[in-house]
Amino acid sequence: MNGFGRIRSIAAVICNLIICLVVISSAQGQDLRDGIYEVGKLKPMDSRLKVKVGDVAPDFTLPAVAGDKIYLSRFRGRNVVLSFVPAAWTPVCSDQWPGYNIAKDLFDKHQAVLLGITVDNIPTLYAWTKAMGRLWFPVLSDFWPHGAVADKYGVLRLDGMTERALFVIDKKGVIRYIDVHDINVRPDLGVLAEEMDKLPHD
Amino acid sequence: MLKPTILFILLLMIPTVPAWSDVTALAKGAAFPELTLPQPKSETAAAYLGIDHAAKTFPLAGIKAKVLIIEAFSMYCPYCQKEAPLVNKLYELFQGLDLAEKVKIIGLGVGNSDYEIQVFREKYAIAFPLFPDKSFAIHKLLGEVRTPYFWVLRLDGQGGSRVVYSKLGGITDVAGFLKLIRQELGLK
Repeated sequence: MNGFGRIRSIAAVICNLIICLVVISSAQGQDLRDGIYEVGKLKPMDSRLKVKVGDVAPDFTLPAVAGDKIYLSRFRGRNVVLSFVPAAWTPVCSDQWPGYNIAKDLFDKHQAVLLGITVDNIPTLYAWTKAMGRLWFPVLSDFWPHGAVADKYGVLRLDGMTERALFVIDKKGVIRYIDVHDINVRPDLGVLAEEMDKLPHD
Repeated sequence: MLKPTILFILLLMIPTVPAWSDVTALAKGAAFPELTLPQPKSETAAAYLGIDHAAKTFPLAGIKAKVLIIEAFSMYCPYCQKEAPLVNKLYELFQGLDLAEKVKIIGLGVGNSDYEIQVFREKYAIAFPLFPDKSFAIHKLLGEVRTPYFWVLRLDGQGGSRVVYSKLGGITDVAGFLKLIRQELGLK
């Protein structure tokens, strides 16, 4: 490449970078971080499980942010991961689902549906998930009767939030893995991947 | 002895620092901590960094470069996700210039496991080395910054490193950023 060509190619790369930056700046106009409420360190767990590995997962119907109603039993024949997070607009929750949002391939590879659940109402979840960016998985509201589904599973805390909990359910609707995590800590995606690897392949 | 009410008012006047503040981040001019990183899994990454692939760990200052760009990121951070294509472009830019041997880039996955940095690497086809910091141990040493955070270090080749750029968020002035790096290398 001659000197002029080299300068031209460098200039083109810099222009591309600047265009990217403009896109990033506008995307950050609705800043997720600006809305985060610091909750401090919470009691790691504050509920008692009502289901165990080997049980059939209790069925439920919940409204999704997208407007439809989601029935757990509708996913028989596919694996399901339930991700309960404590509350919208809180620090750890606000970066757990954005991580899952770039791991769709992992769930697809295991023929697994991911359902995100919180006890917040739909308008709150709408604003929060919009600030996170476009999520590929349904986000369900367990707002009313308050936390009824979380309570069925035994992950409703005394303060009305849910635990940070994962349930892996197989194609027959049987619970294969439960992780009621320390609410202050994000679970390692690698562990969830290992658990999905163990699911029956039939 | 101060009266309790006056003491209370004085206490209220002490400026408070929010938990998310980055005031403790390593600023320009500071000596960078002597970090030890795990051996990258790929030989290509070890070759890029100019380190011995047989050792289990290696010192950050042992990376064969004059200037080292470090991005603190997390696969869970949507801002880091948006920034990833841009950082890739920066890496490609350096690879295409006469600075490829002198300027290296690495990422530190704050709170991320090996698996999680691998997800991030594959999702964005990242060619430069990424290192996990699952326990947040490095993050603590670096001032518990938010992500993405960028540092540019001048390595002296003797095991020392000095911060020449320290910033939260994306690199918004690419031309200025390149100029800074060229200046550090004594190039026009």
